[in-house]
Amino acid sequence: MTTATLLLLADSRFPTGAHAHSAGVEASHGRGDVRTVADLATFIDGRLLTTAPTDAAFAAAACAQPHQWGELDHELAIRTPSPRLRTVSRSLGRQLLRGAERAWPATPGATLRGLHPEGPMQPIALGAVAAAAGLTPHDAALCTLHHLVGAVTTAAVRLAGFDPFEVHALAARLGPRLDALAATAAAQAHDAPALLPATTSLLADILAEHHTTWEVRLFAS
Amino acid sequence: MPPDHVPGQPHDHTRDGHTHGHHDGLPDDATWAFGSPGTRPLRIGIGGPVGSGKTALVASLCRLLAQQVSTVVVTNDIFTTEDAEALRRMAVLPDDRIAPVETGACPHTAIRDDISANLDAVEQLEALHAPVALTLLESGGDNLTAIFSRALVDRQIFVIDVAGGDKVPRKGGPGVTTADLLVINKTDLAPLVRADLGVMDRDAKARRGTLPIEFTSLVAPDGARAVADWVLAQLAQWQAG
Repeated sequence: MTTATLLLLADSRFPTGAHAHSAGVEASHGRGDVRTVADLATFIDGRLLTTAPTDAAFAAAACAQPHQWGELDHELAIRTPSPRLRTVSRSLGRQLLRGAERAWPATPGATLRGLHPEGPMQPIALGAVAAAAGLTPHDAALCTLHHLVGAVTTAAVRLAGFDPFEVHALAARLGPRLDALAATAAAQAHDAPALLPATTSLLADILAEHHTTWEVRLFAS
Repeated sequence: MPPDHVPGQPHDHTRDGHTHGHHDGLPDDATWAFGSPGTRPLRIGIGGPVGSGKTALVASLCRLLAQQVSTVVVTNDIFTTEDAEALRRMAVLPDDRIAPVETGACPHTAIRDDISANLDAVEQLEALHAPVALTLLESGGDNLTAIFSRALVDRQIFVIDVAGGDKVPRKGGPGVTTADLLVINKTDLAPLVRADLGVMDRDAKARRGTLPIEFTSLVAPDGARAVADWVLAQLAQWQAG
């Protein structure tokens, strides 16, 4: 029963507003860092070593520790130096709640929106929605990682015209690594918020600030 | 946490643009996302291909209506915030009544399949400027298959133009066929591109049955008057419930 629920929440067609975002690929592509599928693999590698373990751990913790949502939201925000990325994360958190409240009515949308005037950071919302949908912290973490790879690969195909089969073969090869990262995040799900991972990417933060000043861009972030 | 947000308690949910009591996440009636006639602003979507005159129509409607009807505008741009900036430059509305939504390479997704960002922007603008009577939502320029979700707008106008060729109405698609109003713009260009307005009218009627069609030249003074009158009639009907 929960496997189908996980697939639904993981599906990029589930309406969350995420389709408008490239997870930083457009900014890197624009400065010439993503010219080939091999470059894209390096880009993803960078994320899996930096932002991804942090996001996955916070999603898992939000799923496991509803009484700590406020603290988790705060701790994740201070791990996100770029104001633009915080705004994006909160808008995506807010937008996720809209669909989730309808799909899984146990989702405590008002409480989560109340965490911050702009809405909850997206991984906090995702973890909370996963819990409301009957999913586990491991599921929440895996969903976060799957969404990252999906956003990055889809954006790269649209921006650079990469072979979609080659790009998805790359995504498939990442599977075992995503599973391992999700297991690590799940093992941290009950840790105190302040002790969760704080690996971030300064380049991603700086490029996100640059990207938002571009006059012409395809993706919102 | 805002003072009106007490977890687990019914509250006035104005920050989300709708007012209703509900318990956490649990809608208490079927109108949760859609609103019902008279209870919130009338939302009108304006869609159509790139360059057909959507922004010009929005600007004209604002000029004709904004003095008498409290109006806000959400624009959808594919690459930039150009349409919102253009409307602001034309000063048809105060700047803070116009908000852009970025649609990530897929304008039709943002108005049809995943309307989250647009609903977010619409509700924020409506709450910020309450009471709003009319919300205009301009789609990014797209193709003939684009159509607005009925959960995002209450009425939709599809704008095509004469210079795109007089075959467009015959090609059909959900916008041409089912939009509440079809606007065929740039009639002044018909002789220059050898477009037959009679053919367009005949084909559009064949596709649309009794649904209305307006031929416009938005460069003419008062060129959007007929569309503005249609909007006012829809608004009166909406507000009457």
